[in-house]
Amino acid sequence: MWEQYAAALPANAWNWSAVWRRNYMAWRKAALASLLGNLAEPMSALFGLGFGLGLMIGQVDGISYVAFLAAGMVATSAMISATFETVYGAFARMNAQRTWDAILCTELTLGDVVLGELAWAATKAVLAGTGITIVAAALGYAAWPSIPYALPAIALTGVAFASLAMVVIALAPSYDYFVFYQTLFLTPMMYLCGAIFPVAQLPIALQRVAEALPLAHSIDLIRPAMLDRDASSVGLHVGVLCLYTVVAFVVSALLLRRRLMR
Amino acid sequence: MLGGVEAAPISRQTIAMEPAPVTPADRGAGRVSNVAIDFTAVKKSYGEKVVVDQLSFTVASGKCFGLLGPNGAGKSTIARLILGMSTPEAGKITVLGEKVPARARLARKRIGVVPQADNLDLEFTVRENLLVFGRYFGMTAKDVEKITPSLLEFARLESKADARVTELSGGMKRRLTLARALINDPDILILDEPTTGLDPHARHLIWERLRALLSRGKTILLTTHFMEEAERLCDRLCVLEAGRKIAEGPPHTLIDEQIGCPVIEVYGGDPNELCGLIKPLAQRTEISGETLFCYAPNPEQVLARLRGRTGLRLLQRPPNLEDVFLRLTGREMRD
Ligand SMILES: Nc1ncnc2c1ncn2[C@@H]1O[C@H](COP(=O)(O)OP(=O)(O)OP(=O)(O)O)[C@@H](O)[C@H]1O
Ligand SMILES: [Mg+2]
Repeated sequence: MWEQYAAALPANAWNWSAVWRRNYMAWRKAALASLLGNLAEPMSALFGLGFGLGLMIGQVDGISYVAFLAAGMVATSAMISATFETVYGAFARMNAQRTWDAILCTELTLGDVVLGELAWAATKAVLAGTGITIVAAALGYAAWPSIPYALPAIALTGVAFASLAMVVIALAPSYDYFVFYQTLFLTPMMYLCGAIFPVAQLPIALQRVAEALPLAHSIDLIRPAMLDRDASSVGLHVGVLCLYTVVAFVVSALLLRRRLMR
Repeated sequence: MLGGVEAAPISRQTIAMEPAPVTPADRGAGRVSNVAIDFTAVKKSYGEKVVVDQLSFTVASGKCFGLLGPNGAGKSTIARLILGMSTPEAGKITVLGEKVPARARLARKRIGVVPQADNLDLEFTVRENLLVFGRYFGMTAKDVEKITPSLLEFARLESKADARVTELSGGMKRRLTLARALINDPDILILDEPTTGLDPHARHLIWERLRALLSRGKTILLTTHFMEEAERLCDRLCVLEAGRKIAEGPPHTLIDEQIGCPVIEVYGGDPNELCGLIKPLAQRTEISGETLFCYAPNPEQVLARLRGRTGLRLLQRPPNLEDVFLRLTGREMRD
């Protein structure tokens, strides 16, 4: 009975790396364009909102609005990069390009493939998040020495959102459904979770909602790190993100097994 | 292009794998067996539709086993079942001594696959495709680089090593897929219509390659719609219809059993009228489209009866697997 589900789980701790390397090799061929594409949006938000609104708002939480927003943009861009890599890249590799079909004829299991895709999506999240962190630091809105602390939080954000997106592609019949995920889940989350303004501005009920959402926990880890402040409840935030990751990973692997291994 | 079609003999040493054929039985680490694949009463359905129905067959190590059957008969589904990519509802599947699908991953270590539809990585070159695929078997870049030249030679793609897959012709892609299937030096090859869409040169080249693999002790499971291919390569055939086995045996035994006499094909004229005319002289007649097939132990009598009628083209030939296929699976188009 159990054995039936073996295919949905990773076979060992390293098989996934072959999938990661395949994606890395493909990405390298268009790395520059991809990097620019990934960074352009959060950058324009940072400069547009940051300097525009920043003039009117002045200080938030005892820091300049741009510095406040920068951390929000790092977390958001990690979320968006991981999600898009999964719903567009991995979905294409699963369906149209039949890359997964080929891989599933080898020693790898479906679980290995999913894990490799998650690791790759998280890598793209780290690239995007780190890119913005570096720009923010160069402009003086983040503390250089704190970057190493922000990195693990960005990576965890990437894995968590890649896993959630994996559930979405396991269920979505076509690309059209991804728009719903973005407009109904990701975009509202950006507003609710303190990326653009402090959560404390929200009505208390919405604050409670925000507490359950993964992006809020990412931001609570990334913002103090970038601003070189002491973070509170690190264990809780890490725990919530890990929980999202593990549950979504298992659910997506089982759903994908049902979808692909009929 | 398909370099010299004269097919230079392949020198064993240059082909990727170890020179001496090692039979899977030698390797099975205690699991000595000359059975490569075993199906016992396997059943699989999609919704209401039964796609594989109480199917049992055994593929012996080192042999080429052919699956024949009309479109939709279940051949590709059987290939997926062997790989553990699909779970049967009933029955038992054993591949290289491993229970499938439970331990399919271990079986897949020693299997190479040419799927019905190409799934090469279009973003990569020929060489990169081999590299990426080798990694899925735990090979290092060095391991893959070492055998790449021999795989390229095997597939006659030496001059295309650095071409992107999108630049290859259909036949080249098929050959690359075959080379890719050999990267882990498999004991079993699962080939799902490996030559569909290829020109005759390319097909002959692939046949020659497959025979070389058989002579090195590989086991092949082949599905095909080319009866000539099945007749040339397969030691044993299983004819399927709607997921059920309707005949099994060596090609020539099947031909003798099912047909057993010369065939006359008659084109032109009204097949129904001609059929009435020669029926008494024939063991069996069948009409397929505009052609009348006449199976007659004494073909001379049939030819004599038809002589003098104008506008007919007559062809007398020995029976072949196509006759068997047509007889067993009916002549009307399925679906
Ligand atoms: N995932 C699936 N869901 C539903 N039906 C399926 C699925 N895969 C295959 N089938 C059905 O199973 C039957 C057998 O299909 P299969 O691809 O095994 O046939 P085949 O013998 O390989 O045919 P062909 O010669 O055309 O390749 C077909 O009727 C097909 O429609
Ligand atoms: Mg098929």
